Amino acid sequence: MARIGVVTFPGSLDDRDAQRAVRLAGAEAVSLWHADRGLSGVDAVVLPGGFSYGDYLRCGAIAAHAPIMRDIIAAANDGMPVLGICNGFQILVEAHLLPGGLVRNDHGSFVCRDQTLIVENASTAWTNQFEVGDEIIIPLKNGEGGYIADTETLARLEGEGLVVFRYKDVNPNGSCNDIAGITNPRGNVVGLMPHPEHAVEPGFGPDTPAAMRSGVDGLKFFTSALTSLLATA
Amino acid sequence: MPVVVVEVMPKPELLDPAGKAVAGALARLGHTQYEGVRIGKRFELTVSKPVTPEVLDEVRALAEELLANLVIEDIVAVYESGAEDEFDEFSGVAAGETH
Repeated sequence: MARIGVVTFPGSLDDRDAQRAVRLAGAEAVSLWHADRGLSGVDAVVLPGGFSYGDYLRCGAIAAHAPIMRDIIAAANDGMPVLGICNGFQILVEAHLLPGGLVRNDHGSFVCRDQTLIVENASTAWTNQFEVGDEIIIPLKNGEGGYIADTETLARLEGEGLVVFRYKDVNPNGSCNDIAGITNPRGNVVGLMPHPEHAVEPGFGPDTPAAMRSGVDGLKFFTSALTSLLATA
Repeated sequence: MPVVVVEVMPKPELLDPAGKAVAGALARLGHTQYEGVRIGKRFELTVSKPVTPEVLDEVRALAEELLANLVIEDIVAVYESGAEDEFDEFSGVAAGETH
């Protein structure tokens, strides 16, 4: 059985939700601790949402220098699938595994909503079970989710197909080009602000036209990782 | 012990929603002459040895590595507190003379 690690930092909130999503997708969830070295032999890693180190300094900045991040950065550079969700995305940009930065929402308020996303890249380790153009609904909840990068970086992301998700209908935080998530050129590292791990089980997900709280669009993130691990095994 | 100051500001071309909120509060208080507010950070690093040019260079490197994120922020100043013409505009005296 594939083993997917979920890192807990001081102030992580959604680590157990991410572990649950991993289990519902059919993998073994392995709890990893920020202060440890070594990755316990996991095949992939999720950096979960929350407020690591109370968002002191900058969101994700201190967590990016945690001991375990040295091993995660090395493994990511060797091709291991790494998914950063919300604060995890902020950690990935602070660790320079993904370009750009995340700043306070342009309207200045925390936002919490079920958000429609358009899948723009369905060939990453975390999105290969989607089709390009798919519209999915997963929860979004952040205060500093505005994605920014200089015009050169934005042009490269767009030109090389590294934008993975775009916000549809409404840009909830002022992100450049409506960007909700991006990947690295190899496609093994993906970061996004919305929370797929909160849309993995009927009865606990976003509302859909079919039924209240029936949305499970987030599950494919985790089954994608399993598919990608099987393909490389 | 000597103190090295690092000042960091959000990049000028980026929106600073926190500063914008403060500017709005000033306007609501009737202070309409202030057209903008931007909020930055000031770090004070207490050093256990005299501040040499090498120490300042090291702090500049640390500022680039950790204290600031150059994607979204600029390091606007790195200096030893009280060593240069630092001026405390609130009390009207040089900072080195205040304590």
